[in-house]
Amino acid sequence: MEPVACRVLKVTGELADTFTMELAPPGGQAVFSPGQFNMLYVFGHGEVPISMSGDPARPESLVHTIRGVGSVTNALLSLEPGEAVGVRGPFGSAWPLEAAVGKNVLVMAGGLGLAPLRPAIYHLLSHARRYGALTLLYGTRGPDSVLYAAELERWAAQFDAEVTVDHAGPGWRGPVGVVTELLHRRAIDKDNTVALVCGPEIMMRHCARALIDHGIPADRIYVSMERNMQCALGLCGRCQYGPYFICQNGPVFSFDQVDRLFRIREL
Amino acid sequence: MADFKHIVDFLVESPFFLGMTTGQLTLLAGCGKLARFKEGELLAQEGMPANDFYLIREGEVAIEIHAPGGTMMVSKAGPEGLVGFSWLFPPYRNCFDARAVTAVAAVSFDGACLRKKAEDDHELGYQLMKRFAEIMLRRMQDTRLQMLDIYGQGGRGAA
Repeated sequence: MEPVACRVLKVTGELADTFTMELAPPGGQAVFSPGQFNMLYVFGHGEVPISMSGDPARPESLVHTIRGVGSVTNALLSLEPGEAVGVRGPFGSAWPLEAAVGKNVLVMAGGLGLAPLRPAIYHLLSHARRYGALTLLYGTRGPDSVLYAAELERWAAQFDAEVTVDHAGPGWRGPVGVVTELLHRRAIDKDNTVALVCGPEIMMRHCARALIDHGIPADRIYVSMERNMQCALGLCGRCQYGPYFICQNGPVFSFDQVDRLFRIREL
Repeated sequence: MADFKHIVDFLVESPFFLGMTTGQLTLLAGCGKLARFKEGELLAQEGMPANDFYLIREGEVAIEIHAPGGTMMVSKAGPEGLVGFSWLFPPYRNCFDARAVTAVAAVSFDGACLRKKAEDDHELGYQLMKRFAEIMLRRMQDTRLQMLDIYGQGGRGAA
């Protein structure tokens, strides 16, 4: 699968090291399912897997939120509108939004893990009648690392969305502590809730355990895994995770698929 | 007397004391008093004697530590939350500041009074200690996660 050159439409700074890039999609239409990712290729630098972070109901642009921490992502950061990025995709599994119809949806995100969940939140909001209550619990380092801060404020006015930070200065009005603490403060309908979790692996592991402690079965908890994905076609084996290739079988897995693998330290 | 009844009623409804007998709650309420704090007021101060703990009824309390560069908020307690563990063990000295970030209504418990009652009635002491231990365990686990700075690691787009 060859990369297709896509023009950069817009670059928006999100945090000190994180930006959102909108690309003109191949064929003029961005078709993807929330949770999927693209391989973005910067000519002369290399290719990285980046989750879609835009609204699936707005196909006029392909949106990715990227943290600039390596050579390829920093090269992406240096691109300006009009320049080209190679795009392959979309790849991978999606958040189980059809299986969640009629149920409450609890979204737990950590740090940049909110980005792959944002398309699911857009979908849940625009199809709110098909779902039960939507809850978003988001944890991050501090007030200056809250991703999509303005959007989170709007969401908090629309549904139960709360942000907690690990530590803060005296001006912070929200909760301080780990994201699972927000879960303990809520009454969870264990029989009718689907949980979508995305963030660093340690955070997902602890969230999944806390959700199980609240009575949500592992097969209704979904996590989005991340490994070094290279070919995105299940051929190179770099993203092998136990019996799975994350690029093909994932990145979204139900927790009962990966619970055993989470406990193998070498993986 | 009206305060005492309020405190007993509040303890009966508090999830923290769930499962304790009315007699035990009445004993505890004898060490409590209703307290109010204005926004910005300190409930506890780092390095000072830890004589009390607080069960928050309304408002929010920030647990803060002073570090180079400014004051850092490391935890927060809201309604039904508990503030203060240092009264439990010698040298009974606060390790952090506890500051009301909004107007706060709380039940303030006299630590020395509670310790005395717990020594006299070991079943009461056990029930109390069991509840404190559960909260301390959870906070210790949470603190470890906070120390790991998990959100600062890699993440999507980290290539």
